[in-house]
Amino acid sequence: MDWLNAILQGTLLGGLYAMFAAGLSLIFGVMRLVNIAHGDLIVLSAYLALTVAVGLGLNPMLALVIVVPLMAAIGYALQRLVLNRTMGDDILPPLLVTFGLSVIIQNALLTVYTADPQKLNAGAIETASVPLGPLTVGIMPVIVFAAAVGVIGLLQWMFYHTALGRAFRATSDRQDIAQLMGLNRAHVFGLAMAICLAVTALAGVFLGMRTSFDPAVGGTRLIFGFEAVIIGGLGNLWGTLAGGVILGVAQTVGAKIHPGFQILAGHIVFLLILAVRPRGLFPRMD
Amino acid sequence: MPELLEIKGLDARYGDFQALYGVDMTVSAGEVVAVIGANGAGKTTLMRSISGLIRNGADMVRYRGNAIGALRADQVAAQGVALVPEGRLLFQSLSVEENLIIGGQMGRKGPWNLRRLYDLFPILEERRNVPATALSGGQQQMVAIGRALMSNPDLLMMDEISLGLAPVIIRQIYEALPGIVGEGLTAIVVEQDIAKALSVSSRVICLQEGRVSLSGKSGDVTRDAISRAYFGV
Repeated sequence: MDWLNAILQGTLLGGLYAMFAAGLSLIFGVMRLVNIAHGDLIVLSAYLALTVAVGLGLNPMLALVIVVPLMAAIGYALQRLVLNRTMGDDILPPLLVTFGLSVIIQNALLTVYTADPQKLNAGAIETASVPLGPLTVGIMPVIVFAAAVGVIGLLQWMFYHTALGRAFRATSDRQDIAQLMGLNRAHVFGLAMAICLAVTALAGVFLGMRTSFDPAVGGTRLIFGFEAVIIGGLGNLWGTLAGGVILGVAQTVGAKIHPGFQILAGHIVFLLILAVRPRGLFPRMD
Repeated sequence: MPELLEIKGLDARYGDFQALYGVDMTVSAGEVVAVIGANGAGKTTLMRSISGLIRNGADMVRYRGNAIGALRADQVAAQGVALVPEGRLLFQSLSVEENLIIGGQMGRKGPWNLRRLYDLFPILEERRNVPATALSGGQQQMVAIGRALMSNPDLLMMDEISLGLAPVIIRQIYEALPGIVGEGLTAIVVEQDIAKALSVSSRVICLQEGRVSLSGKSGDVTRDAISRAYFGV
């Protein structure tokens, strides 16, 4: 039964990882941009939620009403003012610039919030649980998982059933021809980054409610996100959810085998999948 | 009253490589102008320069009197200039219908909409939900033309639309052309097939190694003059 429990908890944890990954997957899909600062942007969102929640005395979940649009605005500005200037045939400049951005965000957070671990306090709901047969399921992990499914379903719908999604796919296919259709690439990329950081804001708040965080934890979140994207297969959002779940289950089962084995188990499963299926389990993109 | 399109002293380059040297050309509203020339003469560069895919000096290209030479392609498109690019270049992740819809996403008013396009190319309606790149070459070319028409352009440029297609398909597409360029649409047609180019156009321009080597009424130019302008002999 303990094993079953580990798998269940891992699956729910996978929802959080999928949310770390969804934004990465989206912007890689639309503009082939690998954002090294993604993890730090997640942490930035958590700190912004902390400021809003403490400052206004709100539940962190309510703080989302402010943090999500704020991060989306930051995303649009970041893309238009900084990242668009680095985009081109060479993939190195965006990597270097987002790496620099990562360092800047970490140090800015360190200056403003210090290195003390913080936590978003969501109240009684954090520890509430319901029995499920012989197992016990936390309410919060279920909410996070449901949110992940909802976000990915929404992104999927947006991608395949709206004019914006059409513009994203067209720009992803052929940037110059999309421009001929009257789509301004700089604006389309800005919107993609805005949506990416809106999802990131959600991920950051859920991260902050689940565990404590400090300015240095972004890198690990980036790795988890990357692993989920690559396990699932590039360009496939439901695959990303599956990737998150596989990573989450690997970690909790690993921790069951030996507590020190948790993170390593996730990386090993990632490596194994990469060795057997280099393009991930459900690739959609060449 | 300025000409619809006026190109003066257009020098265009790809990086360090100069592809056009001082090209002059005018296109009046309502006419069909053919651009001919050998491979590498600069025809596609000329199309890309007009459409904004290659950005040049602002004054080198004027459209309705406005300097558009330095604008981005989406800004040029918004003014009513559409390009059917060489090689079709459809969006492979979009269905046939989505390719057409995205052509019309600027919402310019005019005679063209999905209904009229499907009447022009009925096969596209039949296959509207398949991925655009699953179509045959000729059908893909219809999508490429339809995608450009959906923006309801005033100036339509078609770059080598018969390239790589079977003669029967080419005939089919060119038979649709009069219906397309009626209604006051102005067109520039780039074509390797000189006879075809002359038969659909009222004026012709020949490019040779990036320079205009011949320009005249399509009915007046002699075979001799063309082969001299084409090959430079």
